[in-house]
Amino acid sequence: MTPALRQGSLLTLADVSLERGARRLLQGVTLEVGSAELWQLVGSNGSGKTSLLRAIAGLARLGVRGAIGRSDSFLYQGHLPGLKPLLTCRENLRWHGSGRVYTEMQRIDEALAAVGLAGYEDSVVMQLSAGQQRRVGLARLWLSDAALWLLDEPFTAIDLKGTALLESRLQAHCSAGGSVVFTSHQPTAMDGLQVLDLNQYAA
Amino acid sequence: MWTFVHKMGSPPWFYRFATIVIRWLLPTVLLALLAGSVWGLLYAPPDFRQGNSYRIIYIHVPAAVVALAGYYVMAIAGLVSLVWKIKMADTAMRAVAPVGAALTFVALVTGAIWGKPTWGAWWVWDARITSMLILFFLYLGVMALFEAYDDKAAAAKACAVLSLVGTVNIPIIYKSVDWWYSLHQPASIKFTGESAIDASMLYPLLLMIGAFYGLFALLVLLNMKAELLGTHRQSAWLRSELR
Amino acid sequence: MPPELGLFLRFQVQRHLSAALRRPGDIFNPLVFFLMVVTLFPLGLGPDPEVLADFAPGIVWVVALLSSLTVSSRLFQADYEDGTLEQLALAPHPLALAAMSEVLSHWLLSGVVLALASPVFAAMLNMPVQAIPTLMLSLVLGTLCLSLTGAIGAALTVGLRRGGVLLSLLTIPLTVPVLIFGVGAVREAALGYDPSGWLALLGALAAGGLVLAPLAAAAGLRISLEL
Repeated sequence: MTPALRQGSLLTLADVSLERGARRLLQGVTLEVGSAELWQLVGSNGSGKTSLLRAIAGLARLGVRGAIGRSDSFLYQGHLPGLKPLLTCRENLRWHGSGRVYTEMQRIDEALAAVGLAGYEDSVVMQLSAGQQRRVGLARLWLSDAALWLLDEPFTAIDLKGTALLESRLQAHCSAGGSVVFTSHQPTAMDGLQVLDLNQYAA
Repeated sequence: MWTFVHKMGSPPWFYRFATIVIRWLLPTVLLALLAGSVWGLLYAPPDFRQGNSYRIIYIHVPAAVVALAGYYVMAIAGLVSLVWKIKMADTAMRAVAPVGAALTFVALVTGAIWGKPTWGAWWVWDARITSMLILFFLYLGVMALFEAYDDKAAAAKACAVLSLVGTVNIPIIYKSVDWWYSLHQPASIKFTGESAIDASMLYPLLLMIGAFYGLFALLVLLNMKAELLGTHRQSAWLRSELR
Repeated sequence: MPPELGLFLRFQVQRHLSAALRRPGDIFNPLVFFLMVVTLFPLGLGPDPEVLADFAPGIVWVVALLSSLTVSSRLFQADYEDGTLEQLALAPHPLALAAMSEVLSHWLLSGVVLALASPVFAAMLNMPVQAIPTLMLSLVLGTLCLSLTGAIGAALTVGLRRGGVLLSLLTIPLTVPVLIFGVGAVREAALGYDPSGWLALLGALAAGGLVLAPLAAAAGLRISLEL
């Protein structure tokens, strides 16, 4: 746990500002995320949604000012799926940055079934369609034990059924006491969704 | 001590500090260079084997010595920048690279000019010259890496890592080149050892080495000032400084 | 510290190897490159067996250096492009360990394979038979050093659009000792002397590099992820 994190909260941003090169993206972002909260970061293109999420995850450190406190138990999923095209679905899901190396296949198979990919366990990811590949990436959310999820554009390139599936998964995570911070262009209608508009922090 | 280090990290304070230092350093260095050159080129005795051609060591040796030291200065600045995240260290590291590369180049060119009357060839794969050439490549690598990054803060970090790797490697490179040379050494080429140098030749050489260190410091400070003028041209402190 | 560092390292190496074995062309292409460049030397220097035998240690080692550089320039490319690198950087396991697993699997598939194939090249260049064990051993140790050096360069340039030539600029000066020690060992053995001193130096470089280079590569990767 980082020192800037308040007791009982999963994420604290105190007066965070972001610079990219000589350009200031955001200034004075303040946010407190407790448990069982669902946050959507909105803002126009280039408003710094992805940059802020990367700063929260700890991938970006240069040009980040202010205090960021984040629970150590977190999952970050960026634009890039992190899938190896030459490995099978099972092999791909055996490891993720947020967790340990999975040795038992049963949980992986359950996660694949949850995203509608039962029967594809041993298929090489390269041979799946683009939509199916997205789903393999999403299956990680069914495997994750992390408390805080940081998701960059999780709703892009999935169909209506997939969207509904993902929404229900995010809400299940919240009802289990976890929290989600995600970026999205589209307005989403989920119960208890809170919105942080980054345009108000534009510098 | 610590307040001094802390102050060095602040651009306005450093700018003023550099301005004062340059004011004193510039005449001192010019004087030392002039005195060393006149002493070395006119008053030091000729070498009994090489005649007057050896006098190029008064430029060659100081340039080579300071060029090697410069790489370490760059690496130390890189380390400071990585560990304590002091922005002026980035500026210093970036300012050292071209100066060090230029000195290495001077050492290489003077070595080649010296080689012509001594060995009868412009370029000889002597151990020291070869090591110098590799040092030149190391400098070029750092400069090329800096130019390749668009984000200059990230560029400085990357160059710091690279120069630290180079620092670990330089002693190994120098030693390996020495062994390589002794393995292949052709009988016709002999380096007149500087260990046998007479005091009357040594003192002007030491003066020139000192002068080159001063020149190095001067050029680095000027380079850092130029960089500050570029990056802080919008700042209020710089405007008031220039008024 | 996460309790499963060994499992993590083994899993990462396994992951790289099984992915690579599904596309075996990538393993053979560097060998073919090696074969072709070795062929260029007799064409350039003339077919005289004595001349070739004299130059053979140098030729094999320079080509090994170049082929290792071309392969290692892509060391972290795939992981960077598909987002795996982000996950490795965020994982509770040290990034240096992940970098080391990447280097080790890369070395197993390029350097060790090259060392195993090297007797063929030695024969083509008329190298004395007694030098061949030394050649193989020096290549096993030396290519590990080259992969480790290449990994540092690759880590620093993986986020750049024009990384290719730059990587060579950064790494070639650093590989000079490896070349000198490797050629020294093989020459010594070809002349019938004891090459163990040179091999020990190569081993020392490999051991030192195995400790330090992953740390430098990890630092480079974190910088590249900022871009």
